[in-house]
Amino acid sequence: MTYNYISRRNFLKGSLAGMTLVLSAGPLGFRIVNASDKDVTAFSPTSWFTVTPDNKVTIFVGNSEMGQGVLTAHAMIVADELEADWKQVEVRQGPAGDAFKSPLLGVQLTAGSASVRGFYEPLRKTGATGRAMLVKAAAQTWKVPETECQASMGTVKHIKSGRALTYGKLCQEAAKLQVPQEVTLKKESEFRYIGKTMPRVDVPLKVSGKAVYGVDVKLKDLHYAVIARPPAYGAKPLSFDEKAAGEVKGVKKVFQVPMGIAVCAETLDSALKGRDALAVKWDKGVLPEMDDAYVEKSLVDDLGKPMASAVKTGDAKKEIGEAAMKHEATYYVPCVAHATMEPMNCTASVTADRCEVWAPTQIQSAPVAIGAKLTGLPKEKIFVNTTFLGGGFGRRSKPDFVVEAILCSKALGKPVKVMWTREEDIKYDAFRPPTSHRVAAALDAQGRLIAWSHKLVCPSILKDIRPEAIKDGVDFYCLWGLADAPQSPHWINRIQYEIPNLDIEFLISQLPMPVAVWRSVQNGPNAFVIESFMDELAHAAGKDPLEFRLQALKNNMRAHRVLETVAEKAGWGKSIPQGQARGIAQHACFGTYTAQVADISVDKKNGKIKVHRNVIAVDCGPRVNPGPLVQQIQGGIILALSTTLKEQVHFANGGVKSANFDDYGVIRMSEVPDIEVHIVNSTEKMGGIGELGVPTTAPAVANAFFNATGVRIRRLPLSPGNVLAALTKV
Amino acid sequence: MISLSVNGKVHKLEVPGNTPLLWALRETLDLKGTKYGCGIGECGSCTVHVNGVAVRSCTTTVEEVKGKKITTIEGIPENHPVKKAWIKEQVPQCGYCQPGVIMQVAAHLSRKPTPSADEVIGAMDDVICRCGSYPDIKKGIKTAIQIMKKEART
Repeated sequence: MTYNYISRRNFLKGSLAGMTLVLSAGPLGFRIVNASDKDVTAFSPTSWFTVTPDNKVTIFVGNSEMGQGVLTAHAMIVADELEADWKQVEVRQGPAGDAFKSPLLGVQLTAGSASVRGFYEPLRKTGATGRAMLVKAAAQTWKVPETECQASMGTVKHIKSGRALTYGKLCQEAAKLQVPQEVTLKKESEFRYIGKTMPRVDVPLKVSGKAVYGVDVKLKDLHYAVIARPPAYGAKPLSFDEKAAGEVKGVKKVFQVPMGIAVCAETLDSALKGRDALAVKWDKGVLPEMDDAYVEKSLVDDLGKPMASAVKTGDAKKEIGEAAMKHEATYYVPCVAHATMEPMNCTASVTADRCEVWAPTQIQSAPVAIGAKLTGLPKEKIFVNTTFLGGGFGRRSKPDFVVEAILCSKALGKPVKVMWTREEDIKYDAFRPPTSHRVAAALDAQGRLIAWSHKLVCPSILKDIRPEAIKDGVDFYCLWGLADAPQSPHWINRIQYEIPNLDIEFLISQLPMPVAVWRSVQNGPNAFVIESFMDELAHAAGKDPLEFRLQALKNNMRAHRVLETVAEKAGWGKSIPQGQARGIAQHACFGTYTAQVADISVDKKNGKIKVHRNVIAVDCGPRVNPGPLVQQIQGGIILALSTTLKEQVHFANGGVKSANFDDYGVIRMSEVPDIEVHIVNSTEKMGGIGELGVPTTAPAVANAFFNATGVRIRRLPLSPGNVLAALTKV
Repeated sequence: MISLSVNGKVHKLEVPGNTPLLWALRETLDLKGTKYGCGIGECGSCTVHVNGVAVRSCTTTVEEVKGKKITTIEGIPENHPVKKAWIKEQVPQCGYCQPGVIMQVAAHLSRKPTPSADEVIGAMDDVICRCGSYPDIKKGIKTAIQIMKKEART
């Protein structure tokens, strides 16, 4: 089992030595044939794999590898159904191509916790197709019925006679056969790799230091570009010293681009020095008075404005008005940054007849569209090479850095790598949007939840991605966790509680900061609000928070099961070490159900929260690679703990004040608790994993904080400052 | 002209003395394993060894390390206990921070006497992993110490 990373040699072969990939229509999408190989002998009935006479099975993965293990998981699915020997398998990052478009997302995009669950059935089918054809090739060779032949570990055997042929020997015969439309999938009991932890194919490269990320891309005659960007949103340059920048040794070109002023140079150092020499003076931008207080006030004030209706069942307002017991609260969640460890960057090479991009991107479909638009070349002339991603978390599904690289390469007429510094990466991030909520609910005389009214304000996430998806003022990405778009069977990103009167209203905030999807999208902030408020209601009703939730989930067996599992594993209702308190939360999204318990303690003098233990139960249906799956849940919890306890992007003077890890604090090793992940055995439809650690984390911690102090904090982060402010307000 | 000893080889570099070691390694010597993360010594992705001690190459100039022994991730043999442990425990996720993490752990474990796993874990707060591989880094540290002990016996 090997992973073929993009070496310099391969780059040169692929891009500059005239070798091209030819895409031709095949029965299951597109097949990849290397045009320079005059005698194509490979067996490749689909885009996802080839079998070659050297007995090698090469599996192409169209999704981006950002640590979630998709290269390995996809290869496991194909290899299993193909009956390939893992030792003969080589995994390669696939190009941009229609066959790699996500069945759930409609584009080639690694997001929505959709890569494994979305491709599970198609990849099984593609592997099984290959297996059926190799068996048929063997049967024809031996002139025996196919039913007497069996594929196993890269070899087809004729059971009666004991004859055997390797896939390498059979591939040329198999390539001549018609691709069958119907194939038989393996029984689950026959799985060789699926469901068993397999070592990730990307790990050895990442340990040796040889993994190639976007920042590491090398090309002949590569130039560098950096961009001087406005300090405030919408600010325009009043003046800049183009001459001084041009005089810096190595600087080749200085020119304006929509996002600022680009400086292209022979080296990164020259580009940075050239940018300094520009000494740009900017105007004040579109909202110079914007700072943290302004952002919060704007969002909270907007809660009083007329809103669009997203969900209306029954008459929540009337029920709340007449209820025996009612409760209302306002919540606020500030912006957080993605802050991937690899800052944004992209390399492009634009020539008269070709545009090639090397990008750590989550969305291969975007460079194709952007390249065609910016260069005027047809889409067939746009080539996308996906490098390893030094973190994604949704940031790299926004292709702004791709636009910059193509613009710079086109202007300079050379291959160009656009580099962002860490300061740019944070200041010019498209953040997880800030959001305000006003929630009211009614309980009947028995303390049962009968009505829920929820007002939510949030800058639009969809407006930059799919503006046509915003219907009647409702942006469902902002509502995920509370309300899902209609007809979304694969997502279940909606409130799970059975509430007879439910009223969800929404308003798009017009604040100017760019926003984007951020691991779990708004399931994270929205679950914090829903699950904190459910806790408030449980306490108001005098009920145990677990019992109160279970009562409102009577018909939801999957939610029941994860709640009961986590309660048992975490010892809910049992004793807890002196000074610690426990909180619980549940949430379902991306087709998966989760419930979490957090054990914390609070230092009331300095406001510091120590998280001791997080226990999570997950029902995601069947699993492909269980080990990395647990790592994804753990990682999601840790990233969410970082935002729960520490992270907030600060604004000042109409722009971003936060700049680097010294003023944008993130979680460190000693702050990481013990984490227990319990995956329940489930035969339900396969759900997502990558984002599922996030949503329950903040509310589990915040609910534990209430149990520790008797004080409810209705904002993130639970930083020492916010904790002390909440404790002294009481 | 500055002469640097990197991974056992002496290189002559035509760069100003105030060039950060990180960029000399990455751009001049083409050693891309050492990563840029923050440029201010806050994240540890750029960690290398200078005379066996973990330093942040982004805030160290080439002038400061003249004549000293520099080791990068490429200079750590593939059979080093930390690299072996990292593979066994499947530590990296996105992996971008891991060269720095590995260098930091390897520097701690080269101290005599070998520190305990808890001591090493307690000295890792200046390295950021955004994927949250921390529980696996802890496992990796423990496994690396076990491998070292086993190798010392044989």
